[in-house]
Order: sequence, then C-alpha cells, then structure tokens
Amino acid sequence: MKLDSKVPGGPLETKWQRHRFELKRVNPANRRKFDIIVVGTGLAGASAAASFGELGYNVHVFTYHDSPRRAHSIAAQGGINAAKNYQNDGDSVWLLFYDTIKGGDYRAREANVHRLAEVSVDIIDQCVAQGVPFARDYGGLLANRSFGGAQVSRTFYARGQTGQQLLLGAYSALMRQVHTGKVKLHTRHEMLDLVVIDGVARGIVTRNLLTGAIEAHTADAVVLATGGYARAYYLSTMAMASSCTSVWRAHKRGALFGNASWGQIHPTCIPRHGDRQSKLTLMSESLRNDGRVWVTKAKGDKRHPREITEEERDYYLERIYPSFGNLAPRDVSSRAAKRVCDDGHGVGPTGQAVYLDFADAIRRDGRAVIEAKYGNLFDMYKMITDEDPYELPMRIYPAPHYTMGGLWVDYNLMSNVPGLFVIGEANYSDHGANRLGASALMQGLADGYFVIPYTIAGYLAGTKLPKVKPDHDACRAVIAETKAHIDRLLALKGNKTVEEIHRDLGQVLWDYCGMSRNAEGLNIAKKRISEIRAEFWENAKVVGRNGDLNPVLESALRVAEFLELADLMVEDAASRTESCGCHLREESQTPDGEAIRDDENFSYVSAWEWNGVGKAPTLHKEELKFEFVTPSVRSYK
Amino acid sequence: MKLTLKVWRQSGPKEKGRLVAYVLDDVSPDQSFLEMLDDLNRVLVLKGEEPVVFEHDCREGICGCCGLMINGQAHGPVRGTTVCQLHMRNFKDGDTIVIEPWRAKGFPVIKDLMVDRSAFDRIIEAGGYVSVNTGGIPDANAIPIRKEDADLAMDAAACIGCGACVASCPNASAMLFVGAKISQYALLPQGQVERVARALNMVAAMDREGFGNCSNVAECEASCPKLITLSNIQRMYREHVKASWKYAPREAREAAG
Repeated sequence: MKLDSKVPGGPLETKWQRHRFELKRVNPANRRKFDIIVVGTGLAGASAAASFGELGYNVHVFTYHDSPRRAHSIAAQGGINAAKNYQNDGDSVWLLFYDTIKGGDYRAREANVHRLAEVSVDIIDQCVAQGVPFARDYGGLLANRSFGGAQVSRTFYARGQTGQQLLLGAYSALMRQVHTGKVKLHTRHEMLDLVVIDGVARGIVTRNLLTGAIEAHTADAVVLATGGYARAYYLSTMAMASSCTSVWRAHKRGALFGNASWGQIHPTCIPRHGDRQSKLTLMSESLRNDGRVWVTKAKGDKRHPREITEEERDYYLERIYPSFGNLAPRDVSSRAAKRVCDDGHGVGPTGQAVYLDFADAIRRDGRAVIEAKYGNLFDMYKMITDEDPYELPMRIYPAPHYTMGGLWVDYNLMSNVPGLFVIGEANYSDHGANRLGASALMQGLADGYFVIPYTIAGYLAGTKLPKVKPDHDACRAVIAETKAHIDRLLALKGNKTVEEIHRDLGQVLWDYCGMSRNAEGLNIAKKRISEIRAEFWENAKVVGRNGDLNPVLESALRVAEFLELADLMVEDAASRTESCGCHLREESQTPDGEAIRDDENFSYVSAWEWNGVGKAPTLHKEELKFEFVTPSVRSYK
Repeated sequence: MKLTLKVWRQSGPKEKGRLVAYVLDDVSPDQSFLEMLDDLNRVLVLKGEEPVVFEHDCREGICGCCGLMINGQAHGPVRGTTVCQLHMRNFKDGDTIVIEPWRAKGFPVIKDLMVDRSAFDRIIEAGGYVSVNTGGIPDANAIPIRKEDADLAMDAAACIGCGACVASCPNASAMLFVGAKISQYALLPQGQVERVARALNMVAAMDREGFGNCSNVAECEASCPKLITLSNIQRMYREHVKASWKYAPREAREAAG
C-alpha cells in the first residue's frame, strides 16, 4: 500500500492557497445533490457540519449525547492559540508553525502544521463574529495569555471556559443550520460501524441509545469527528462516554491507524485519591503562568508544605529548564514530575504528586488578581480535594489527556478509504509526537471551519458516486454484523463488571505504555492485554437488553473496542525504539532523563493496517521530509 | 459512611415510577456523588439487576449532562456546583438521601433519573445565535467591546444548559436559561442586528415547549451551578418588551401612550 500524503509542492507559505485554488469546487446549485454524514459534534464536528450546511449540502450529524452542546470539547479550559501578534511580542504565522513543529518533536507534516498556523487567525475572527465572549482588555481589544511551550502571548481565552464558549459558538452555528433544515440532527445515536461499498465509505451504522434500533445511514461522504481515545487508560481527563468505537471500526474496515501509542499526559491534573475513582480532573495549564512547581529536597518529607522553607524546596522545572521554567511543554513537565516522584520526592499522602504553589503570586499581585484570573479553577480544586489553594499549594500529577494518534489522513484530511474524512482529535495529524497547550481547540476548529469545507468539495466534485440507499446489501450486512456483536455482548453473564475489566486494562496501559515505556514492559503489556480481553469475553457481566436504554451495553460496546485498540497502542510503542515527544523509550534517553530522538531511523508516521484480532498488524510508513525547518534537539533549558 | 438512598426508578417515559430504597455501607467521603452512584450500580449489576440510569459525562462540572434532585434540591446542598462535583463529605454517616430526576413538563422522564432536555436545543434553534457564515469576517479587533460588557456577557454565557433552573422553579420556568442566552448577545455588538427577532423568537419557543413564567421565587438563581443571576431574566423581559413594542402596530403603541 502506498501512502500518498497529497502535500502540494512549492513554497510552504503558498501551499494551502494554491491547493485551495487547484481543488475542484461544487457549484452552489449542485451542492444540494450531495449528502454528508458528520459523526460527532465537538469543535471539529459542529464547525464542519455548520459549514457544510451554510454551503448548501445536505448534512446528517450524529451524536451520542442528548445535545451537541455536551461534546467533550466543552471541557477545555485554558485557551486557543492564534498567531495574531496582538501583543506585539514578535509572534507570527511562522513562529506558531515553528513552535508547533518543534513541540511535536518533528514528527508532524510541515505543510499541515503551517496551514494550521495560517488559519488560526481566521478562527479568532470567526468566533468573535459569532459572539464568543473572549476576554478583553480595558481598551476593548482582545486579551492574550501565554501557555506552555511558547515564549509569546498568543492564547485567546474566555475565563477558564474557552472550550465551552468556542463549542457553544460552533453549536449555535450548527443549530442555526438545523433551523434552516440543511442539517438534520440525530441525537442519542452512537455510530457502531462504517459501511464501505466498492472500497469507498458510503455510510454508517448507528444504534439509537433510547430504543436500541440499529440503522444504516448513507451519504456521499462520511466525516468522523469523534475525538480521542485516552479513555483506554480508564482514568483520564476524558469524558466518561469518550470512546474509540468509530475510529476503531473504520480501522477494521480498512482505514490505517496513525501513531497509535502517542497520548499526551497532561502535567496538571488533580492526583487520584483512591481505587474507586472514575475520572481525573484537569487543572488548566494556564495556572502554570503564576503557579510555581516544587517538591521537597529531602525524600519522603511529609511536613506541612508551609513548614518547608525556601531552601528545603526544589523548584525543579525552574532549575532544569531555566528559559521556560514552569511553562516547559507538557511532555517535558510531566516526565519531570514523574522523575522527582519516582525518586521519592513526591508530596501528599501517596507521594504521587507535586506542589503547584501560588503563594508568591498572591504576595506579588494580591489575592484579588489571582482570584480574577483563576477563581473558578481554585473553587473547583477546593470542591474536589477539600483544600483551599489560596492557603495551601495545589497538589498535581500528570494524567492521560489527549491522544495525538488517530486515523491516518492525507493533506485533505481524507483517510486512505476514499470518502472517509477524519478531523479534529480523531485524526493523527498536526501535533506530531506531542501537543502544545491551546492547540487542540485550534486544530478542531481549523479542520471544521477552514479546511474540510474546501477539501470535501474537491472530493465530491472529482468523484463519480452512484446513489446508495440504506437498504443496500452492504448496509444490511453491516447491520447484521452489528446485531450479532450486540447479541454476543448481551450473552455475557460472568461475574465482573465491564468497568472493573476496563479498569484493569487501564492500569496495564498506564504502567507499561504510559509516561515512559521499555521493551520488557511492552511485552508484559501485550500478554496482559490479551488475558484481559479473554477475561472480558468469558467473565464480563452485561445486564438488560438491546431494545431499551441500556448503559451497561453501551459501556460494553465501547470497552470491547478499547481492548483491541490497546494491542495496537502497545505494538506501535514497541516498534518505535527512539524517544520522541510524549513517547519516552527508556532505552533512548540521556543520563539525566532527556529524550533522545532518532531522525535517521524514525522520521516517519506509523500507519497500521488491521489484520484481525490478536494478529500482528502491518506497518506502513509515511516518511516525513523537512524542507523548511531543520529538526534539532528539542531543548527548553 | 453508611447511607440509605431512596432512588426514583421508572422504567420508561410512560411507566409509573416509584422510590426504591438501597443501602450502601462503604461510601468514601472523597467520592463524588456520581461515583457513589457508580458503586450502587456495580452492586446492582453484579446481582443481575438493571443499574440506575442517570446522565453524566465530563464529570468536571462543565458538560451540563448531570442533574439530579437531591433531597429536593437541584444538584444537591452545595451552592454553585453540579452533581459530579458534589462530594460525599457533604453528607453524614447514616443519612438518608432522596434522589429524583428533574421534574418539569418541558423535561419528560426517559428512564429513572434521566430526562429529555431537547427542548433547550429547540429554543436555541429559534434564535440563540449570531447569523454569520464561515469566512469573510472582519479582524477580531475591529469590534472593540468594553471590558465591563464583555465580562457581563461572559457571566451570562457561562450557562451549561443543565436545566437546574427549570427543575427548581415551582413554575418550571426556563427563563434563567433563555435570559442568559438573550443577555449574552444583547450585551455584545455582534448580537445587535438580530436582537429584536431573537428576543421574540426565543421567548415564543420557550412558551411553546411548555415552560412556565417567572414569579420571582429565585430558586433558579439559588440552584444554578454557574451562579447565573436573576438580572438576566430582567434583561430578557426588557428585551422582549422593547422587541414587542417595536413590532406592535402603531395604533397599539399610541393607545398605550
């Protein structure tokens, strides 16, 4: 199989512009002849569906939530990057491009990343025009703050609710199109499979979560915007319903899966408190603008944090990375936290935490200033931990947050299955081996508002597609398979809950395929995952029936897919013996724990082909060529 | 902690519901309320019974999915919080807790503690947006907005659409939700063009969905997890009166003085 990235030639700055010109367009009067399915209503899905509706296509949008407004994009707190240079601190499209390529440890496509930086400025304009209430200065202009991995203030924000406000903006644009009738909204429908006819994606099979009805829906193109799969780790910052079903099913129908093991571990989460926890809660990275991270110099020092003098503290990020300090990128900060905790300097009852301390900032700026900046985050922290961060430093620890891996897509955001587009976190592109803060919102909206509307037109205008209806034999076959899969799950009458099995899987992934990996651990993980999968199919307990609202079945359907995806995550991690970005291979690091990349042998995207459960997948490589930046050692010192 | 839970069980929209008592004897004060319900469900599933259905997702207090009446209070006893952020340390060993779904004509029960809130989407569909197509937009800083106005708009925009305002109101009024959305746009220059039509259409949609009127009980404000204030309802009234006035026939306006 040859992977064609379809990256246009010529100078980097004009690639997208020229490509847009060269892409075929669909005449406005002809757009109503095309049906497009969009799955997922987060930033990417809602913005894409709204844009398709505006353009005049017939859009069917699906979400498993009761409303598009619930998508997990809503939980993003800190901000969205854009190279506006409103702060006159030297920002530019090139610098945002450069920071993002470097942040991703030179494992992303140059052309995609440059396009992302280019359209970032349009996103802010678009959202402001929609009435998104971004923070403002007293002069009435937009305010900015800085974020990890950058030395300029390019992050636009709406208190600690940036994701919510951007999503509500995209949701309102979507609802406007629902009102016009161009977009048909299908809530409480979960995509369970992809329909491929003659090698082309032509539809999806869904389950109505209220009635259990299994239905096929057909279209001329299918767009997956279904988010990431960090819930594979069980404990993560992802929403509880986040799954991998849609991308995994598409993978099993032929779509290649890119960089499966690259998941971002976010450095500032509230540490886990016990064995019965369901979820980890993120504290916005923006807190690192004013909070100082420290641990005790002495090992196992369990004294009250305020009893520990300045001399007895180790502000390790400031010490090791003086030029970025507490704003070192997420992967670097996470690993540094793990190292100090593994060395016995961790704080709190479990020792698996570090302090994020605002005492200096409160002394310097006054409590009112800190309260205005972070008040809601402080309240949230207090609610969860019963400790007041105005008085005591917060305790934080890294946790699985975002997945850079996802379905492989070309420059047009189309997978290797024609007609199947993948946008936002569901695809593998743009962030490389690590994602910088405030970049996820940027990519979701860039893909939905400013990339896919053009590239999908290029596909539709340049492809001859016969009309396909849901009674097509291929649809019937996929429906039958889906029903059989559900029946098999409903027959599971063992004595362990699906959640318990999911928790076991998550622990294995966290232990061996989490913040750092080694060959031995990955081998153990592989064995354990197949044991856990076997246990699931022998000993899980699924109650209730299909023709009803059945949360146990919903969960079982999702966990069954995670149990297969986990294999690929481990396989992908094992195949890459270099360290890069979030992927630290212990065999490839400096004596002081910094990652060593191997450009000679690993400057490629892993794109995996499915060969069956328990069978080794086939690795395809998309070589990454760097024409405009020279990969260098990523130093934040 | 040992707790007795009295949980509303209702197998479908048309079925009759009832409170069923369950006893949990190993509740950790550090658990969230939803994690406590997870524990209950684990016990039920292992016994082969159907778990209690409740809506939840982000468990970070922002998606707006969760919402339960806990001892008669929307989202429970702590002010300014969602159920997922309510922790069991707010209850005492030996407590009996009554857990019910939102109760309002506009929010029919689907199953157990889950209700249908799609009416909120239909209200937004009626005008809760600024009509701009993607692309061709002026530079963001070409629309300066006074910080005070932007902050007030942000206060209103913080609504997560959970429905606690409706559930806690004796009239099942959705005016805090609708008022917040109307306020957000009324306070921003981008919202001006459609200001009149928006107020009329959203209020009409709200009435169509069967939500009641405000009688200044203020339970909505007290139960709102995002601390949205009653002033948004007042602003909504002003917007609606002004809009109606603008659309009223001239004779009617003259007759009214």
